Amino acid sequence: MKYLAKAATLDYDAGKCTGCRMCVEVCPHQVFVIENRRARITDIDRCMECGACALNCEAGAISVDAGVGCASAIINGMLTGGEPTCGCDSGESGSSSCC
Amino acid sequence: MTEKDPKFVTAGNGPLLRDVMEMMSKAPAAAGRPGPSRIAGRVTAAATRTERWEHFRCRVGSFRDSYRVEPGLYAFGEPDEEADVLVSANYKLSFDTLRSGLGGHDFWILVLDTRGINVWCAAGKGTFGTRELVRRILETQLADVVKHRRLILPQLGAPGVNAREVRQRTGFKARFGPVRAADIPAYVKAGYRKTAAMSTVRFGIRDRLVLTPMELNPALKKYPWFAAAALLLFGLGRPGIIFADAWSGGFPFLLLGLVAVLAGAFLTPVLLPYIPGRSFAVKGWLAGLASMLAASFLPVVSVALGDRLLLAAAWLLFPALSSYLALQFTGSTTFTGMSGVKKELKFAVPLYIAALAASILLLIAFKLTGWGIL
Ligand code: SF4
Ligand code: SF4
Repeated sequence: MKYLAKAATLDYDAGKCTGCRMCVEVCPHQVFVIENRRARITDIDRCMECGACALNCEAGAISVDAGVGCASAIINGMLTGGEPTCGCDSGESGSSSCC
Repeated sequence: MTEKDPKFVTAGNGPLLRDVMEMMSKAPAAAGRPGPSRIAGRVTAAATRTERWEHFRCRVGSFRDSYRVEPGLYAFGEPDEEADVLVSANYKLSFDTLRSGLGGHDFWILVLDTRGINVWCAAGKGTFGTRELVRRILETQLADVVKHRRLILPQLGAPGVNAREVRQRTGFKARFGPVRAADIPAYVKAGYRKTAAMSTVRFGIRDRLVLTPMELNPALKKYPWFAAAALLLFGLGRPGIIFADAWSGGFPFLLLGLVAVLAGAFLTPVLLPYIPGRSFAVKGWLAGLASMLAASFLPVVSVALGDRLLLAAAWLLFPALSSYLALQFTGSTTFTGMSGVKKELKFAVPLYIAALAASILLLIAFKLTGWGIL
């Protein structure tokens, strides 16, 4: 299953890549493969913007606008004018429906 | 640590961990055994009957909000100073899933304080994060418990943990292991190598099915409000409220409302890959439309929707409702990103508002014609 086409903000600079494989190890959707000792993006539409690759790429070759792909969280964020947050860390409020 | 110690609780993590900790604080630390202060408890793979019931309750309601384990270092089986250290969240369902996948092996389990949230969500929020991991490693004096410097993190914790920073600050090399706990023994045996299957998140029909109660619950909680509004609308006659009309006119609407909720919050998640389109709003709308169509063959519905104004209102309102509910499911999926959801909301929310406003106007017009005013 893939989400909307060309929506993901994933950006990758092959020039900085050292081929360390970290992005392959962390990505839950196999967005990266290593070819000729460099990473390559296979299918950007599979990226869910979790941010794992960017956080763990030591070479700083990856950037992504990471966040939660959760409608109610984003609506929450829009209404309160802040970051999108789902109610799930306010455990006591009982509104943890998103995860 | 080879001999069994009767003071440790070995079955199913049944008693409160607090009790276990108390017992252990009284037990003198034997030579070579990690001192009591460092180990929070001992656990095994088997889940007790109570736990299975608790897991079910987590799936269906707010019980999950308070289902936590004490953070700290746990012994799984009979780990020694060479045993691998697995890192987990303190949502007990996550912890128990991890336990259930490790049967027959010995590990240390380091439980982080994620405020009772599962690994993936907590990593997104940063509570399953570098800082908390470093803190726990130091607090549990992990470096004295094990001789090696290896950590195995769940792969889904990677959005919150910077492995390099962990190494710089604690000396421990964090590896991101498989997505599923059950693959951990095979992963370790293969020399910490993952197959592509081990690192891919699956989202099969079963995975989606177990998530539907949490989609249905919030929607059904609001359903009485909708029902009250519908009954009021249909019951409202010129002389006052007519209960017979409220029921006969309102019932088909209540039924359609229920159908729309099921279409958006149950059918769409379950049939997700088979409904055309990539947009959840579109998928939900199509599912709503199809369900409406099916429901309108029921005599009670088709008769009630004989009025053209009502018919138009119903077709505008209910598929839009299904679409809205389907969009909520993006929060539970494993593959929707923030930019995509924002994109969807941008076109869908104005349409929802328009559909709602138009159907309210149509319903008002229906009432007014009924009263002979229009
Ligand atoms: S993590 Fe960064 S440096 Fe390493 S292979 Fe991926 S892109 Fe290249
Ligand atoms: S942001 Fe997440 S899903 Fe997207 S490529 Fe990176 S690791 Fe994969």
